[in-house]
Amino acid sequence: MTAGAIASNFDTARPTVSKHLQILTECELLEQKQNGREIYYYINAKKMKEVADFIEPFRKMWDDRFNKLENIMKAYKPKK
Amino acid sequence: MEQKTKINAEEGKQDLVNTREFELPLELLFKAYEDPEIIEQWMGTKELKLENKNHGSWRFETSNEKANMVFQLNGVIHEFSPNQRIIRTFEMDNVPFGVQLEFLEFEKLTDDTSKLTMHIVYRSAAIRDEVLKLPFTYGINMAHNQLEKVLSKLK
Repeated sequence: MTAGAIASNFDTARPTVSKHLQILTECELLEQKQNGREIYYYINAKKMKEVADFIEPFRKMWDDRFNKLENIMKAYKPKK
Repeated sequence: MEQKTKINAEEGKQDLVNTREFELPLELLFKAYEDPEIIEQWMGTKELKLENKNHGSWRFETSNEKANMVFQLNGVIHEFSPNQRIIRTFEMDNVPFGVQLEFLEFEKLTDDTSKLTMHIVYRSAAIRDEVLKLPFTYGINMAHNQLEKVLSKLK
């Protein structure tokens, strides 16, 4: 997608979108490819996954705990 | 599939936000954080002390039988507002991560559903990232346990 096409999906000003694209590219989450006069942006799926994987075990641990909590409380009957 | 538990940890920041929507009325969700016997069941910790009040304190213990180790967790409760909010500190003994500050917000969504927002602030971004890496070890341990199970069947 071109920067213009991406920006058209957001209400934010075009320079703000460009700035975000620049940062995401620096973080290697996006890749740029020149095509004639246009620059196309691609998602770097591998890098995205790396970022997601970093958080995932932590998220999973809490998800398991919260699932347990939910099950226990669903079965919970107040003591009289 | 939409994930029920969501973690928002921005790059380079020293905090993170953990949110979860429960199929439980607000009162039951809060009770799971208030009643030591219930906490024990879902956290897998033993409650040594839990003073549910402003300026109270808490101390839990968790043991890993396999590693023959006991971890002590402790902190102070800054604010305890039933069905609304718990603000507390959290520290694990004998680890270099220091203390973290936790803001737990409990919200009613409908009569039968509720939401917990857990905002955790670490002393530094570096410490936050170290703590985030911790459960990797946990995952590896789980894999090891599984491996042991499989291997013991072969004997």
